[in-house]
This record gives sequence, C-alpha cells and structure tokens, in this order.
Amino acid sequence: MPDSPVMVITGTSKGIVKYLVGYYTDKGYRVAGCSRGETDYKIDNYRHFCLDVSSEDDVKKMFSAIRRDFGRLDALINNAGVASMNHSLLTPMSSVDKIFKTNLYGTFLFCREAARLMQTNKFGRIVNFATVATPLKLEGEALYASSKAAVVSLTEILARELADFGITVNAVGPTPVKTDLIKSVPVEKMDSLINRQAIRRYGEFRDISNAIDFFIQPESDFITGQVIYLGGV
Amino acid sequence: MSDNEIILKALYDAVEQVNIDLPADQKLAKSPVTVLFGPGSSLDSLGLVNLIVAAEQKIDENMSVAISIADERAMSQKNSPFRTIQTLADYIDILVQEKTNA
Repeated sequence: MPDSPVMVITGTSKGIVKYLVGYYTDKGYRVAGCSRGETDYKIDNYRHFCLDVSSEDDVKKMFSAIRRDFGRLDALINNAGVASMNHSLLTPMSSVDKIFKTNLYGTFLFCREAARLMQTNKFGRIVNFATVATPLKLEGEALYASSKAAVVSLTEILARELADFGITVNAVGPTPVKTDLIKSVPVEKMDSLINRQAIRRYGEFRDISNAIDFFIQPESDFITGQVIYLGGV
Repeated sequence: MSDNEIILKALYDAVEQVNIDLPADQKLAKSPVTVLFGPGSSLDSLGLVNLIVAAEQKIDENMSVAISIADERAMSQKNSPFRTIQTLADYIDILVQEKTNA
C-alpha cells in the first residue's frame, strides 16, 4: 500500500494503543508505533520501534526510518504518557523527571520530528494527549496535571507555528479509561473524579478514537489549537 | 569528494527543495556565496526554518548523521553560521565531525 496514509502512534505496548493501532490499520493507515519494549501483538501494516520517547537520538532515528521507508507522514497521535499519583510534599524529583521527560519532552520531540516530515507535503495532523486532571485540578496529580498543562500550551503555540505548513495541532483530554495508567488509583478517588464529569461514566477507547477521528479528518483543516475534554469536563 | 563538498551538495539539494515554494524573484542560487540570513537575503524567517530543516534531512540522507543545526552554539556565534551557504556548510562540517567522532 505505497500510497496509503501513514500514522505514528506513541505509547506503551498495551491498552489504548493496541486498540488505536488496530483501529487505524483497519481504516487503511500504515502505522508506526513505539514503546520501550516489544509489543505483545502483531498487526498487519504496523511497524514497531523500541525506544525512549524522550531520547532525541532514538526519536530522530525512528523518523529517519519513516522518511526512508514510508516517504510521508500524515498523522501523529502523541499518546505516550506516565502518571504518578502522590502528594506534592512526598513527590521525589525522580518522579518529576520521569513525568516531564515522557509527557512533555517526548510530546515535543515527536511533534518536532513529525512536523519536519509533514511539512514536505504541506499536510499533517497532530493530536496530543491532555488530561481532565488539568481543568479539574486534581489533588495528588500536581505533576501529572502540570506536565499535561504544558502539553496544552505546547499544542496551542505549535498550532500557530505550524499553520503555514498545513499542519494542525490539537489535543484530546480523556477522562479515566480502565487501563494500566489508573490501576493503582483507589476506586473511591476514581468515583469522585467521575462524579465531576457532566457525563458520569468511565471513558471508552472508542470515545478517544472518535475525538481523534474528528481532528484528523481532511475536513478539519480549519480546526487547530483546540483541546477536547471528554465527558463534559 | 570531501566532507565539505558532500555538505555543499546536500545544501544545494535543500535549496532546490525550498525553491519550489519561493516566487521566481526570490529563488536562491546554488552558490557558496548565496546570502541566507541578514541584509541581502531573499528568505524570510519561515523560509530560513524550511531551509535548515531541509538541510538537516539531506545531511541525514547523504551522510547518515543526524544533526541539529540551530542549536544554542549556532545562535550565540559572533559571526552567524547562517549568513551564507558556505558559512553554513562550514558550521555543519564541524557538527558532523563532532557527531562522528563522539
């Protein structure tokens, strides 16, 4: 499928990414993804890269391979993220470092390298991942929420810087979805969070892909610098 | 072909790519003395960004070296490496050597 569109999805080898890889390869995309380790699945038209999303050398090598082997890039889904639930008075700097490296540095690096590839075709769609923890100002999520607040700011400014290249940059802010990211969070904490949503339920993978579909469809070429928070947050 | 010649060729390839989007009277000449930045340049700031991105890609393709041209050192040089194609080639030569010797 040499003419089919190409998408990069960052993140872990499990959960939402496995769903997104299957969903977008079914839609005809050739998908390249990455995580620190190998995936536990094999999907046609999916190519996996093992890397650290905050490593400039690793990310540059991945995009060199994409440019060489695919010759184009149409969409980037910047899903990679880590969360850490802890009171700020008890949060070690090692956690701060890890959260910001993955959530902010990784998002920036992929945006930069993707935009460099996209600008040659004067078309691109970038979707970053925000979180409802930012507008809800969740206690215990100070570093996670602030790293994602930085992602929102990055999204809004990149939208302006990349507009002339035909690239849109938006973000989706999912509500809690039952993945590994929240497995260590107490149930009562999750219930309290969900009660602050307009629509009180856990998010589903399809809620996220629906928002991504909106951002990446060709008709959305006038939609940029926006954040969609799911669940009515 | 010396490294500097390979780099100059990569820069000319980058110029060709950038010229596609430039109006006829602003197209860059493939010459070492072509001014890229400052008085006498036909590039606006976005054009210079395009050229640097294209140059990094061509260096990667032709020399298999991934460099970041617009680093803090480049910005703080007394004489800007972005002034002409030759000054840019000379600066890239330094970056390539540092990267390959690392």
